[in-house]
Amino acid sequence: MFRCAVNRWCAGEEKRVDSRTIYVGHHPTPEIEAFLPQNFCDNRIVSSKYTYWNFIPKNLFEQFRRIANFYFLIIFLVQVIVDTPTSPVTSGLPLFFVIIVTAIKQGYEDWLRHKADHSVNKSPVYVVNGGKIVEKQSEKIQVGDIVCVKEDETFPCDLILLSSSREDGTCYVTTASLDGESSQKTYFTVPDTSAFRTEMEVDSLSATIECEQPQPDLYKFVGRIHVFSDKQEPVARSLGPENLLLRGATLKNTDKIYGVAIYTGMETKMALNYQGKSQKRSVVEKSINVFLIVYLCILVSKSLIGTMLKYIWQSDPANDEPWYSSKTGKEKNINQLVKMFIDFLSYMVLFNFIIPVSMYVTVEMQKFLGSYFITWDKDMYDEHLGEGALVNTSDLNEELGQIQYVFTDKTGTLTENNMEFIECCIDGFKYKNFVDSCVVDGISSNDGPCSSICGMAGKEKEELFLRALCLCHTVQVKEEDKVDGLLKQHGGSYTYISSSPDEVALVQGAKTLGFTFQGMENNRMKIQNRETEIEIYELLQILSFDPVRRRMSVIVKENSGRIFLFCKGADSSIFPKVNTGKQEEIRLHVECSAVDGLRTLCVAYKELTQDEYDQISTQLQEAKMALKDRDKKLADVYDKIEIDLHLIGATAVEDKLQEQAAETVEALRSAGMSVWVLTGDKMETAMATCYACRLFHTNMKLLELTTKNIQEFKARNEAKVHELLLELHKVVVQDKKYSSVSQLRSWSTTQEFGLIIDGAALSLIMKPTQDGSTGNYKDLLLQICQRCTAILCCRMAPLQKAQIVKMVKNTKEHPITLAIGDGANDVSMVLEAHVGIGLKGKEGRQAARNSDYAIPKFKHLQKLLLAHGHLYYIRIAHLVQYFFYKNLCFIFPQFLYQFYCGFSQQPLYDATYLTFYNICFTSLPILLYGLLEQHISIEMLKKDPSLYRNIANNALLQWKPFLYWTFLGLFNGLVFFFGAYFLYDNSTLTDNGQVYGNWTFGTIVFTVLVFTVNLKLVLDTQYWTWINHFVIWGSLAFFVIFSFFWGGIIWPFLKQQRMYFVFAQMLTSVSAWLTIILLITVSLMPDVMVKVLSKHPDKGRLQKYLVYNKAADTVSTPRSPVEPLLARSFSIES
Amino acid sequence: MPPVSVGDWCLTTSIILIDRYLSRGGGKPASSVERSQVVTQGLRHYVKTRDQRTIGRRVCFLSVSSKTVLEMSRQRDQAVLKNKPDNTAFTQQRLPAWQPFLSAGYVLPTFFLLGLVFIAIGLGLYFTSNNVIEIELEYTGRSPNSSCHHCTKNDTKDCKCNIEFKVDKTLPGPVFMYYELVNFYQNHRKYGVSRDDDQLNGDLKYLKEPSEYCFPFRQDGQNRPIAPCGAIANSMFNDSFVLYKVNNSEISKVPLNSKGISWWTDYNVKFNNPKLDNGTDLKQAFEGTVKPHNWPRPAYELDTNPENNGFINEDFIVWMRTAALPTFRKLYRRIDDGLQPGKYLVEISYNYPVLSFNGQKRVTFSTISWMGGRNPFLGIAYLVCGSVSIVTGIIMLIVYIKYQGQNIRKVE
Repeated sequence: MFRCAVNRWCAGEEKRVDSRTIYVGHHPTPEIEAFLPQNFCDNRIVSSKYTYWNFIPKNLFEQFRRIANFYFLIIFLVQVIVDTPTSPVTSGLPLFFVIIVTAIKQGYEDWLRHKADHSVNKSPVYVVNGGKIVEKQSEKIQVGDIVCVKEDETFPCDLILLSSSREDGTCYVTTASLDGESSQKTYFTVPDTSAFRTEMEVDSLSATIECEQPQPDLYKFVGRIHVFSDKQEPVARSLGPENLLLRGATLKNTDKIYGVAIYTGMETKMALNYQGKSQKRSVVEKSINVFLIVYLCILVSKSLIGTMLKYIWQSDPANDEPWYSSKTGKEKNINQLVKMFIDFLSYMVLFNFIIPVSMYVTVEMQKFLGSYFITWDKDMYDEHLGEGALVNTSDLNEELGQIQYVFTDKTGTLTENNMEFIECCIDGFKYKNFVDSCVVDGISSNDGPCSSICGMAGKEKEELFLRALCLCHTVQVKEEDKVDGLLKQHGGSYTYISSSPDEVALVQGAKTLGFTFQGMENNRMKIQNRETEIEIYELLQILSFDPVRRRMSVIVKENSGRIFLFCKGADSSIFPKVNTGKQEEIRLHVECSAVDGLRTLCVAYKELTQDEYDQISTQLQEAKMALKDRDKKLADVYDKIEIDLHLIGATAVEDKLQEQAAETVEALRSAGMSVWVLTGDKMETAMATCYACRLFHTNMKLLELTTKNIQEFKARNEAKVHELLLELHKVVVQDKKYSSVSQLRSWSTTQEFGLIIDGAALSLIMKPTQDGSTGNYKDLLLQICQRCTAILCCRMAPLQKAQIVKMVKNTKEHPITLAIGDGANDVSMVLEAHVGIGLKGKEGRQAARNSDYAIPKFKHLQKLLLAHGHLYYIRIAHLVQYFFYKNLCFIFPQFLYQFYCGFSQQPLYDATYLTFYNICFTSLPILLYGLLEQHISIEMLKKDPSLYRNIANNALLQWKPFLYWTFLGLFNGLVFFFGAYFLYDNSTLTDNGQVYGNWTFGTIVFTVLVFTVNLKLVLDTQYWTWINHFVIWGSLAFFVIFSFFWGGIIWPFLKQQRMYFVFAQMLTSVSAWLTIILLITVSLMPDVMVKVLSKHPDKGRLQKYLVYNKAADTVSTPRSPVEPLLARSFSIES
Repeated sequence: MPPVSVGDWCLTTSIILIDRYLSRGGGKPASSVERSQVVTQGLRHYVKTRDQRTIGRRVCFLSVSSKTVLEMSRQRDQAVLKNKPDNTAFTQQRLPAWQPFLSAGYVLPTFFLLGLVFIAIGLGLYFTSNNVIEIELEYTGRSPNSSCHHCTKNDTKDCKCNIEFKVDKTLPGPVFMYYELVNFYQNHRKYGVSRDDDQLNGDLKYLKEPSEYCFPFRQDGQNRPIAPCGAIANSMFNDSFVLYKVNNSEISKVPLNSKGISWWTDYNVKFNNPKLDNGTDLKQAFEGTVKPHNWPRPAYELDTNPENNGFINEDFIVWMRTAALPTFRKLYRRIDDGLQPGKYLVEISYNYPVLSFNGQKRVTFSTISWMGGRNPFLGIAYLVCGSVSIVTGIIMLIVYIKYQGQNIRKVE
């Protein structure tokens, strides 16, 4: 790996080559005089981080890079070096426990990776060498080797496909392990090499490949192959991603292929994609860090105060050096400042437990274990998909409870992405499912212009349109059907596979209308027409789809020799290219369909003459050969080709809303989140979907900020945008004044706004102007957005989606955003948002792979946020506060004790107590609280989304609750210490007159402490499972048993037997018992009072809610979808 | 035509066959095992009924297929089972749980009850503590009027001073006699660690090689080990008291019991005299060590009673249990018969200097109750806590009633 990296960097620095040349089979080629084999790295995959010799230093370095670990290491080192009050063991033991456990875990994982690497690197591969197939270890493959891969094997490195055992020079591949798409993809050989069938032939090939340097994009590749045949000019062919077989993909339905290795080892696309994602940090984590700093300040100031007071106190010589505890000469000779510094360090060590190691461990464990409850949740399991939720990172569990903005994709997220062909319009006539009858549905007569067109297009037009549907696509036919006589079961039904469900729907639709696409052989497409004749078309070119052009075309040749170009695409991208055809009628149709929420595509064609085609063909060839800017050049050529089209019709495909999508959107909104829909779809379609999923409703005033809208103004674009923005702002802000008079958030009384913005308008707003006033626009837009309850952004490019998320994320309030999507176009926004959620959808798994959480369906978002998110937030917030609290009241008595021990850093508690307090006596209860607590039942959380608002804005980790906990900690610390102090006014506590010493004093305080801290959790726990009982009472019992045990033996390894029988002696005193009970009661009493008093309003609300709910259940049947949102928002607000 | 993998072929075959079989048998979904049985049966049937010519070819497929089908269908089942989350109470976070609710209904009675119980305990403690009689005599001798003033001069040795006091009421036995030091930091960190518990446990090795903790009271100038080493032992309280009852001009000694003034476990387990294998003489065992610098006598001459000599001298053990606070009291003697009313005289051998660190010395006589010495704190604390509890209970009750009223009005 190192070598590769060096190679890459050095190469980059020395030569700045942006392409590499590969000699196929390492044969020198005639053209190049000197055969200079370039050095590439070998095919070894190294996914492991460590080797045997660097494991310890590297792992330790990695671990101590974390601030917390480093801090504890420093404390430990101080303890080792300086003479400090507690032995290094007290802080060293927990630290090294944590470090060692982490190291073992990481080591084990790395060992597994080593094993996997080893098995991959040593696996046998077959390489053509000297006309024969030679078995090699996978790691020995060199760039330029010709590799032979058989069916169901994975490719050992990135290969350029040279020849395939299939006659048509294609091979089928699944890339499931790379991007999760399980459909088979077709890869093509270079025509000049596809004829080579045997090893000998392949080996005789003399060719060079030029291609770009390795880059991680799986779907991009540019290269060129020069094939040298005898005495002829070398033939150059372009290479694209369709020629590149990626490492990790599997060969399917093809006997074997030959390919030449071009990227090996760590330079393969798979390896380049292996790099981890950037870490996202949750708000809670940030709050923890803030609190940590506060506690660090407390720690430092305590130490400073201690040091200062010590020297003030010592300024009296009587105190400085009483005869019974005189200083040694060495001590006297140390510089005063050094002494002070050492004292300061000693105090730091004494009080360092205020920031415990165990908190980090507990938080990590809570997150890690807690995420299992999400994966285990059977409510988020989808029977159809056979999968449940997936947690890719457990760091963000609590962030799910803090979401303020939800950005959702439309297709595949709100909708099923299960396309169904609904209707089409041929030459201005509407067809609905059946060819023969023009369907006029009951209401359509009221539909105005939409219904007026009913009739039949000419047969010729009809058939042309249907042929266009059958030909203009990239659908494949699943091939199992054509096997044995035995298997002709489905009666000629074809299974279509495509990366785009729209296309499948269209082909299926064409089938119901009589034209069946039967598949492709040797670049010939077979179509069965209405007369069950087979028509055969030769596929000449595919002008593939891309999201910028938003259309695709095919050029086919009829048997008769006529050449057609068929083009289909979004209306906005087709209409400008069309010059003939019934544009107006079709446009009307498209708009009507879009209003119904259907996805529309327009179909156009043109006939080409052979000359025209030849010209096109050469242009395309040229563009494809380009190594630089190929995409741009191709797009230009496509643009030139797709002109002067004749519009023949439009299709409408329905994408059904996902189950419970509307309910989910509504629940999210009543939980206080604003839901934004970001889609690449048409505005009308998207609006219809928004209405369907109740994001918009009839009472809402919709503001439009779209290109159409902008063009209504006549002035310059930028000025227009500004004016429009100002106008909208006025509308919204005026309303805001109203609303601020009445209560905020009670939407029902004020006007609601919905905003629609499209990609073009957005890019105008985002585009920095010459005078740099972009910020102004942005601010205006943001202010408008914040006042709108629903926002729809349509016609978005993937990057724009991310831009919007970023814009919202970076506003002053820094709201927490969530993005949910299913397709590759959502990846950028999923990565950008605080929490990215991927749906395990139909369009591959890219979103799911890049997300933090993956769920099967949109409706699962409700439980994920409202139940899991809420609970995890409460849990972790409480856990964090509790941790700080318990350590504050642990250390505060020790600080107070300094005033009574001559500021000598005398620890109040025994060293074992100091060490075990956070590890054994108080750790498990809070961890299990963090895993099991349900302060409100999951059912209730799901039922009442408004509960989510209670925890909005990080409510439990604001300064107020933090100060409450801190004061509670201080109060408890005071009670513990002074309780014991006043008790010790007379240290005779038993009836035998014997006196107790300082360790008994500390033990009394410690006993009270452990009991109070655990009982505090008892008060906080609202959900008592047997595990909680076991752990809390178990911890207390363990403390008592441990104390007896620890004090029961003279420990041979201890220098000081301080605790010998101290605990048992303490328990013989009735006074000690009574004091312990008293102090625990006093410590807990304020908290109980606060709880009882503050619970009231909440409880009342909950009870009322329950009452309301019961009434609603009995009186009205479950909410009908027709029920206006108004009524519902009343009920939730009241 | 592309070749179809055996696996695909088998799966399709099996599906057809199973379908066929199930449609005849009236169809339930089969488990993988059942499915395989179905498949084999179905295949046998299929082979029987088919014409003989194609059988050879079929059978080879079939033998492959029944195996593969079994495996594939099992894999499929496993895949579904593996992904499907367990429906247990734990994984679904539905463990049966008790959900307490801190409502006023429970809390208010608890507060009242707690208050009453605490007040009861408090009263008991308060009166118990008040019944304890304590007589405290200060003898630092800082003021010139004090009878011990002359002993504070530097040059006096074996100084003795007397303090008289009067007992008005009978102190029933046992009465405990304490000495008390003020502003003496026995809990100072450096002081507190300056001891060697191994040495004190009679370990011969540490007797000769005391722990580093004892430094600078580890060895004397000639590198001889100090026994017992350390600052605590070195600064052992060495005033001694003799109590006389004054009956008119007649003075009689009151017997003081020094047994059982230290913790049983300290005396019997933690502290032990070094023992030599051959001899029993304590002095021999201590040979090679020197006494702590401030001690007038070596450890083995602390007392004549061998049970109370060396490291197991109870006064020494009491001293070695370091006090928690700078003002502390340590048990000196027990007067088993109690003190009758009358005049008493304490004769003090004044050795221990405290004026240099602004300290004070006291001697205290105290009776003991079941809760220990006189300490009004606990009783008062219980009383205060109990009353606070009742008062808050009342306040919360008022708030609660008021709130209820509002609530009812609101609902109306």
